[in-house]
Amino acid sequence: MRFDTLSDLKNYKNEISQKQDKGKEIWICGGPGCVANGSMAIAEEFIKALGNKSSSDENTSLWHSIKVLIRPEEKETEKLIRTGITGCMGPCENGPVVHVEPDGLYYQKVTVDDIEGIIGSIKENIPYKAKAMSGLDDKPAEVPSAENIPFLAKQKKIILGKMSTMSPLDLEDYIAHGGYSGLIRALESMAPEEICNEIKASGLRGRGGGGFPTGVKWESCRNSASEMRYVLVNGDEGDPGAFMDRALMEGDPYSVIEGLTIGAYAIGSSEGIIYVRHEYPLAVKRLANAIKNLEEAGLLGTNILGTGFDFHVEICEGGGSFVCGESTALMTSIEGKPGVPRVKYIRSTERGLWESPTVLNNVETWANVPHIITNGSEWFRSIGTENNSGTKVFALVGKVKNTGLVEVPMGTTLRQIIYDIGGGVAQKRPFKAVQTGGPSGGCLPASMLDTPVDFDSLTEAGSMMGSGGMIVMDDRTCMVDIARYFIDFLVEESCGKCVPCREGLKKMQMILHDLTNGKGREGDTKALEDLAEDISDTSLCALGQSAANPVLSTIKYFKEEYIEHEKEHFCRSGVCQGMFRIKIDEEKCKSCGLCSKNCPADTIEKLDSGKYCIKQEGCIRCGACFEVCPFSSVDIVNEVIDDD
Amino acid sequence: MGEIDRIAEILHKHRQDPRYLLAILLDIQESENYISIEAMRTVAEHLGISESRVFAVVTFYRALSQKKKGRRIIRVCTGTACHLRGSAAVLQELEKQLAIKTGGVTEDGEYTLETVNCVGACALAPVVTSGENSFGRMGPSKAAELLAEGAFA
Repeated sequence: MRFDTLSDLKNYKNEISQKQDKGKEIWICGGPGCVANGSMAIAEEFIKALGNKSSSDENTSLWHSIKVLIRPEEKETEKLIRTGITGCMGPCENGPVVHVEPDGLYYQKVTVDDIEGIIGSIKENIPYKAKAMSGLDDKPAEVPSAENIPFLAKQKKIILGKMSTMSPLDLEDYIAHGGYSGLIRALESMAPEEICNEIKASGLRGRGGGGFPTGVKWESCRNSASEMRYVLVNGDEGDPGAFMDRALMEGDPYSVIEGLTIGAYAIGSSEGIIYVRHEYPLAVKRLANAIKNLEEAGLLGTNILGTGFDFHVEICEGGGSFVCGESTALMTSIEGKPGVPRVKYIRSTERGLWESPTVLNNVETWANVPHIITNGSEWFRSIGTENNSGTKVFALVGKVKNTGLVEVPMGTTLRQIIYDIGGGVAQKRPFKAVQTGGPSGGCLPASMLDTPVDFDSLTEAGSMMGSGGMIVMDDRTCMVDIARYFIDFLVEESCGKCVPCREGLKKMQMILHDLTNGKGREGDTKALEDLAEDISDTSLCALGQSAANPVLSTIKYFKEEYIEHEKEHFCRSGVCQGMFRIKIDEEKCKSCGLCSKNCPADTIEKLDSGKYCIKQEGCIRCGACFEVCPFSSVDIVNEVIDDD
Repeated sequence: MGEIDRIAEILHKHRQDPRYLLAILLDIQESENYISIEAMRTVAEHLGISESRVFAVVTFYRALSQKKKGRRIIRVCTGTACHLRGSAAVLQELEKQLAIKTGGVTEDGEYTLETVNCVGACALAPVVTSGENSFGRMGPSKAAELLAEGAFA
């Protein structure tokens, strides 16, 4: 497959779109969650069951032939069937997930024992009920297609749209699913300035968390006089609890590179670099495969599609440093130096990588570009809200029922994401907070659940959009401990260049460790607030400037917990060791004995009354009784209880 | 093939340009499990840069180490989702089972135990990885079991 001219590629696209019978496709989710649950072995078994020899996991997009029943005529017909591994489909909680096309059916928690059943159901042309994905009321959906599954039905998948129905390795697949329409339109009918204007008009803002208007960035780079300009992809997804970019790089690498290619053409660059986090080896492998295929196809390299446009892409692997996600640190790292940020007197769009004008955008931002160029800025603006157009991908994780990867229009509320899509808090526990924005973000309480998720509203609420991690917390999450967790993280990751961040964070860390170890002193909370303000005001880069957010937002919304830690040395969530007691409320106890059975320290006894009681002496405060009690009769209390 | 030859091979694979310093060092780390002073000297000379610059890069990045690591690296994810779902207890148990502290190497040189700030498999928290394999929904006893079974080897 090689395209030397624009019409080569256009003719090819035409040919594919006219192909009538596309056969049946069985897609096995190859997202990180499903792979950890054994989806690769399932894929191999599918191939075997269809009569092929097993192959390596990187080449499982294979065609076979089977007989399928046509209804209502009850006629049998020969159909081609294909099995393959996709990127992340999203419903990670219920993996391994299998998706059957063109019927659009989703199956959950599939094991090798279901393979025969699924293939049989395809031959019969009916859904395979045993593992149909959950519909309303948590019952298996009658017809498990996206519209009948709340987790999928309430999303709007544009960026993730292709990911459940194509192989991330296969360029042909990407083109067949609408890929490279954007580049064709850009090269054929748009001047570079027009592309910048179109992106500006679309209102696209940087998806890495900053929310800077992408088109403005491009234009300013384009207008900087220079021989050499660079376009960079920020794939250094360092926020703990976020895996959107990993999913995109692994599941749809071509879309990121197509966006990058359009961007390079728009700003007049001939060299692009994708900076990928060291912890994502599969993303590196998939991107490298995509680059190789694109070079062979003539979609990267010199004189792309005969237009005279040259563009080369390289991958640069990070070294496991969080601060390298910061734009100037990332560029220093690419230059082969320690990834330390620079002072931004001059913007990177004027002097960035190797002192040349540079555009750095996040993975998801680049993946938006082909869609905008193909469908136009007006279409893009019709999604989302006024100053926040388009969709945003989130990693919905933590104590939420349906963990997974979701994409929603900007402006969707936290409640809609967590409850309508996520199914609410896991094990029906009470909701306490949701954390967005990673270590630079904040925790929002239940009263803020109706906040629309967009750059401006979240910042106003004291958190931030960040790259898209959304971590749900229940009543067994201690907010002081969470603040300690993030500050520990940032102390470790601070590069040490500027004093406020290096020394100030350490001081905050000491106070937070005291608070969570029962050594809190009066005035600690106030001291934290003062330090937080100083560090925000005086740090060099965004890491330090935003480092205090997790502390400030938890103090703002959960001050009572800080005060309890400070004055009473009490942790109401039962997290901070030695700062709480566990007691069974005899009124509520229904004598079922589950707590006693599950107690690892064997310290729960049955009283003469038939009720149960925890002997404090042996209690290790693990909370097992708390988790299993069906009547919520186990309480965390702040009192000394005597064993009598 | 000795260390010197393996390093020579790695140097040969990359373009002779200081911008590839980190890439070269990552490859050496992968092949040798650490970066020796001699390796740093060789790389500095090859790229025509100061030894101090190579040293600065080696000490800055978490993925590079001057201490020889075990043949297998078990990583306990301590990302936010894993933290919430109890990764600390998993780490504690593995420290106990391997009789090392986080960052240490077992006596037989087989395992290094490390933490990692999120591997992007948050939906399956808590997660433990070994090489390219990841194991989800860990708990202390499940982690101990997998270790005993040799699943991390």
